[in-house]
Amino acid sequence: MSRYFRELSVVGALAALLLGLAIFAPAFFSPQPLLSLVTREAPTLVVACGMALVIISRQIDISVGSQFSVCSVCAGLLAARGWPLALVLPASITMGALLGAINGALVAGLRLPSIVVTLATMVTLRQGLNLVRQGEFVNMPDAIQWFGLPQATGQLVLVALSVALLIALALAMRHLAAGRFVYAVGTDAEASRLAGIRPQLVTFLVFVFIGALTGLAAMMNIVQSPQVQPLSGAGLELKVIAAVVVGGVAISGGRGNLWGAFAGLLLLACVSPALTHLHIEAYWEKAIQGAIILLAVVADGLRSRKAGN
Amino acid sequence: MSAAPLLALRRIAKSFAGVRALRGVDFELHAGEVHALLGENGAGKSTLIKVITGAHQPDTGEITVAGQPVSELTPASAQALGIACIYQQPALFPDLTVAENIALRLESLGALGRVRWSARRTRAAELLARVGATISPDAEVRSLSMPEQQLVEIACALGAGARIVIMDEPTASLTQKEQHLLFSVVRDLRKNGVGVIYISHRLEEIFALADRVTVLRDGESVGTHPVADMSEGALIRYMVGREVAQIYPPAESAPGEVALALRAVGCASSGVRDISLEVRAGEIFGLAGLVGAGRTELARVLFGLTPADTGEVLLRGQPVALRSPQDAIAHGIAYVPEDRRRHGVVLDLPIAHNMTMAIHRRLFPTTWLRFGAERSLALDYIRDLAVKCSSPDAPGGSLSGGNQQKVSLARWLATKPRVLILDEPTQGVDVGAKSEIHKIIRGLAKDGLAVLLISSDLPEVLGMSDRLGVMRGGTLTAIFPAGTDAHTVMAAALGQAEKGAA
Repeated sequence: MSRYFRELSVVGALAALLLGLAIFAPAFFSPQPLLSLVTREAPTLVVACGMALVIISRQIDISVGSQFSVCSVCAGLLAARGWPLALVLPASITMGALLGAINGALVAGLRLPSIVVTLATMVTLRQGLNLVRQGEFVNMPDAIQWFGLPQATGQLVLVALSVALLIALALAMRHLAAGRFVYAVGTDAEASRLAGIRPQLVTFLVFVFIGALTGLAAMMNIVQSPQVQPLSGAGLELKVIAAVVVGGVAISGGRGNLWGAFAGLLLLACVSPALTHLHIEAYWEKAIQGAIILLAVVADGLRSRKAGN
Repeated sequence: MSAAPLLALRRIAKSFAGVRALRGVDFELHAGEVHALLGENGAGKSTLIKVITGAHQPDTGEITVAGQPVSELTPASAQALGIACIYQQPALFPDLTVAENIALRLESLGALGRVRWSARRTRAAELLARVGATISPDAEVRSLSMPEQQLVEIACALGAGARIVIMDEPTASLTQKEQHLLFSVVRDLRKNGVGVIYISHRLEEIFALADRVTVLRDGESVGTHPVADMSEGALIRYMVGREVAQIYPPAESAPGEVALALRAVGCASSGVRDISLEVRAGEIFGLAGLVGAGRTELARVLFGLTPADTGEVLLRGQPVALRSPQDAIAHGIAYVPEDRRRHGVVLDLPIAHNMTMAIHRRLFPTTWLRFGAERSLALDYIRDLAVKCSSPDAPGGSLSGGNQQKVSLARWLATKPRVLILDEPTQGVDVGAKSEIHKIIRGLAKDGLAVLLISSDLPEVLGMSDRLGVMRGGTLTAIFPAGTDAHTVMAAALGQAEKGAA
């Protein structure tokens, strides 16, 4: 019980927010806008799952936004050339995995700090994309939109896909030896090595994994609109890192879980629509999200101080 | 001795979250005395030290320093009263020079915070000379050995005008020669009227150095005695409250076939060279030597952490390549590393996870974790090794040192190894747990394991080993049969003997 206190408190805050909305702005719960909101956040959830793994393994990846943009544009161009969805989707995932492999090779192979490596790849990818594309939009063929399904069905597919992925990953982190390796490496890489785990391999694979998930997320995003914007991923890294941290994953590695990250993402995502429905100025959104993040970090700090005493 | 004691503690009690760590400790330290503090792990020594240094406030009890009652001791006021503590791991800044480190502790800021470098260096040199150290004040602390760093700590304490110096297991990582140097510094402190509280698990040090000894047991002081009136057996009896009947369990079976053979094994990067030895199934092969003689380095070669670049390793007669820990594990080699607090046990993870960490592919062939199987395996080892814990789900960090060591051991026994390498298995472990671990090791050998036992505790390695190798300068210099006397082995470790007979 107390083990999951941190996650439960985020769920509690989310429940309180939803309850408040139910009383003061029941319109928030009308199905269609709610489904649209959840659909918009589905790709973010996929990337947040990957980010949770990266942070549990005591690394960070701030290049996911740029990876997302690159994958989006590449997938968009392939689709525009008439590639079928069945090929564009794996291509986007592979692209993301390759970009992740670059980060992973630099971090695990050369043992460079991940914040510096991914800062460099973030800037390089973003500026490279600007240079090549000059900010041009890509027009998407209709066959790609909503996977060629009716919009409502497509939305449901996206939401179901992201939630299924969340459940599968959460189970894997708990029930697969591989998941336990991620926790072990994040807690103490040297001790893991002495126990026969390959910490560098685990780190590399975690970066490849978040890249692949980002490629998938990019795909889940471009099916939602008729055009691909070249900067669609800008700011994504901050959003997912914030969600993961608010959800109780320790930035120092080894602690936290995907359910917490999920709750954290929902909490942050609900702020903006809640403000709209409560007729509060939208300018407050970032400030409130910032306050939530600060609160989470302070709570973690107080907790670890107490534990250290 | 007629004056008031330098430090007096009366009926000190301290509880943490309902657990009584100290339940009435009396302790007196006189000027010019070395007073040993002895007790099993968990007896309350570290809590008591934290009370004396002001890190913890006692719940009840009185503290007087030089006859003056002290109402509230904080780290700052303890320092002002002349109380200093030298920890096992010196807390110095590795990238700063010795003089800068000393200055950080002792200097207050002058006008405009200007640094007077020459005065700083002179001061450091003076203090270092007082502790008999030949260390340059300009040396970076990173380049110093552990005992040199301890001397710097002691120099800081002297510079701060310490009258009460607490030394917490200062010799844990020192070689024999370095110990002698440290002992003479301690004796100098005593001569100059400093009171020294000396904590060590090594009884022979207490007999060599201390004037009086206070034994703590279960958070209480069970008596203070002049060391001259005590025997080792009596001290152990006080500590554990019972006689440790047989300190070292004897060999019970004849060794079998050769399990591990090394032929001229060397590894340039870690300084191990030309090592040939054989360990038989059922045999405990001890490795003695000074710290830095290359014993841990040899273990790391065998475990594939720093693979050998010359020679060959044979397991049951077959040459094998040990390029990584995974290779070593696959060939049935297990390595229980030293310094378990850092690397043996992952402190944040539950005991059960720690125990199964090395066997995932074996216990979980589908790599889908079966929590039931994991739990029953953990419970088996907790029972077999008598691990004292609340549950298999408790984090490794909640255990005492001896029990952490057992968890680390269990992790490797679970891999069903044929060769078990133990690196300082009882370092920092209390006397009771130590003899339990010795029994476990002997039992494993009896079950047919080939055991390579690295230990800096000479009585232990002498008492436990069926054969004993001595390493010096990265190579094996002698092999002795069981029953060799300590003097011969120590002489070989120091490089003063010719090759021993196998």
